[in-house]
Amino acid sequence: MYRYDHYDQTIVNERVAQFRDQTQRFLAGELSEEEFRPLRLQNGLYIQRVAPMLRVAIPYGMLSSKQLRMLGHIARKYDKNYAHFTTRQNIQYNWPKLEDVPDILADLASVEMHAIQTSGNCIRNITSDHFAGVAEDEVVDPRPYCEVLRQWSTFHPEFAYLPRKFKIAVCGTKEDRAATMVHDIGVYLRRDEKGEVVLDVLIGGGLGRTPIVGPIIKKGLPWQHMMSYLEAALRVYNRYGRRDNLYKARIKILVKAITPQKFGEEVEAEWQHLKGGPATLTEQELARVSKHFTDPNYEVLGPVDAVFFQHLSQDKAFATWVKRSAHAHRLPGYRSVTLSLKPMSVAPGDLTDAQMDHVADLADEFSFGELRVSHEQNLILADVKQSDLFALWQKAKAIGLATPNIGLINDIVCCPGGDFCSLANAKSLPIADSIQQRFENLDYQHDIGELDLNISGCMNSCGHHHVAHIGILGVDKGGSEWYQISIGGHSGRALEGVDRTRPTVLGDVIGPSFAAADVPDVIENLVQTYLTNRYEDERFVDTVNRLGIEPFKTNVYRDKGHSKEAAHA
Amino acid sequence: MPKIVLNGAIVDDQWIVLGDDIAAAIPSTTDAPHLIVPLKIWQARREELIARGGSLGLLLQTNDEPIPFSSDASTFALIAIHFEKFTDGRGYSLGRLLRERYGFKGELRAVGDVLQDQLFYLKRSGFNAFAIRADKNIDAALKSLKDFSETYQGAWDQPLPLFKRRESSSAA
Repeated sequence: MYRYDHYDQTIVNERVAQFRDQTQRFLAGELSEEEFRPLRLQNGLYIQRVAPMLRVAIPYGMLSSKQLRMLGHIARKYDKNYAHFTTRQNIQYNWPKLEDVPDILADLASVEMHAIQTSGNCIRNITSDHFAGVAEDEVVDPRPYCEVLRQWSTFHPEFAYLPRKFKIAVCGTKEDRAATMVHDIGVYLRRDEKGEVVLDVLIGGGLGRTPIVGPIIKKGLPWQHMMSYLEAALRVYNRYGRRDNLYKARIKILVKAITPQKFGEEVEAEWQHLKGGPATLTEQELARVSKHFTDPNYEVLGPVDAVFFQHLSQDKAFATWVKRSAHAHRLPGYRSVTLSLKPMSVAPGDLTDAQMDHVADLADEFSFGELRVSHEQNLILADVKQSDLFALWQKAKAIGLATPNIGLINDIVCCPGGDFCSLANAKSLPIADSIQQRFENLDYQHDIGELDLNISGCMNSCGHHHVAHIGILGVDKGGSEWYQISIGGHSGRALEGVDRTRPTVLGDVIGPSFAAADVPDVIENLVQTYLTNRYEDERFVDTVNRLGIEPFKTNVYRDKGHSKEAAHA
Repeated sequence: MPKIVLNGAIVDDQWIVLGDDIAAAIPSTTDAPHLIVPLKIWQARREELIARGGSLGLLLQTNDEPIPFSSDASTFALIAIHFEKFTDGRGYSLGRLLRERYGFKGELRAVGDVLQDQLFYLKRSGFNAFAIRADKNIDAALKSLKDFSETYQGAWDQPLPLFKRRESSSAA
């Protein structure tokens, strides 16, 4: 993975010093709350319901065991012995003290980490595929491009005060594992007919109040022009994006208002001035950065490991875990393993300091000392030998991270919600917990099969509920918490028999919202409708796609037991 | 006389700003040798202002388009961009455009809600003068021009991105 040189380290160290001074001036009353706000946000610091919250970047999801140990140390020393992995490859601490934050940033800087631009109206952490570099379906390794963009976007002087936050995702695979189409800018890396790397640039996607699947604004952009083109796009947005209304300030609203066509023309016109300028990426720089992402010291292995297959046939629990958690690797004899951060009765994505230390040990022992963070809030050991899987499983089980539910209904993606977040309209964690309780039986979960269930506690949609097979959105109605349910959304790979160019689809709301207590019943009802109607090995979302939402809707609302929103309105 | 930050030093502000009233009397060069005029007044009374002599400055808002006055840019010794709020990022793009596209070589001044913690980015975006908000400590603000000793991306103050400079230093 990328290692800092003295330039990178100097920049991060100077940021720590800068924020220390800003914090001191705030505490001394020299900076007002309003003046300090964007400064702390651009260092990942929110003021939340009960305490400040600090969001730390894990650029494009890559993490070393040393860094994870430091994250554990921070949880222990400055927080309450745990932290929360988010849906954008960040980690959040829920209880730091404002006056400790400069010291936390200094600790992070000591392991080449930071909280730079993890919040605020600026370019946020660049996210990517958590299987980058090891995926079988990879066309271009996105990581060097992500790192180049990380550096370009860090303290970009022109784009620190955009109309609103700005999220960029990059992917280089056939299946989109980075939710690229619902980002302000999504970059698809591919090869043209000559084998050269080119970018398809989607601009103006996003979730939130106005969910939009991003249109392709530029097709086949040669990689050399990545930064000058993005600079042109950001400049058009910075100058013409709405600043009068918080809810209409994202780039997607601008693109929609003037049409993608017109927006593309504006960017093109701006780009003509920047194209070929100093921001043009060079072979030399791409090679320098790419050198950090070369293969680890892989062994040459056969595709079949006899001991592994023996364990598979003898131990059903192990086989079940392998089926859900061990993913194909581009090299024979290797697998990528997901450690589930979704056991029962733990907030999805939470990990304790002790678990962080243990996982760091697992990464050292089994996966070249590196790991990945997924936007589905799990951890990945990307390079595990098949012959090590059994030993890894036993050790992961001992620390509670081997629940065989990856991709199943209980692998819930969930924001922190009203328990922590001051933006939330409703709690999300108790909803996740009640659904996990309902579907606790693992055989039942496996019978239901692949099902993405995502929960957001408000319209900001941090839980990405729009693109889940079942999406749950917390809403506030007259001061009480209600939950709106949508089905049929998905991202990642196109549905069977459906237009392959639409790998991301937004879900449809099934009807009036429900009280918290009714949510597990409603989910169960949706699942039952699926199980009754599913055709062969069709997934839940495939059935919804085939039948439409009507039969699901009819069954849910036929049950008079639910206290419908309408009855309370 | 109020102080401003100019080219990294604290100096007296020599300029007088004309109000928004389009019919107001234009002060003589004796009363105001250095006069800043709002864009609207410049557009309405261009000939009169040129005939006045003395040095002229132009006052812009962050959402003004540079094209209508770009051919006059060399007439101005100073262009001031007014930040209604320090979080208004449009002024940064406008600054870069004036410098990099329209070749403005004079003093580019940030006025309005101008605070210490935005100075580094403003400097990178083409500004070389800063009228720090009157209630703030101008000496402290001056220090923030040097918050960072290195920067990744090219901008007005350093057109070459870090990777280009890394390349030339490794080639040397």
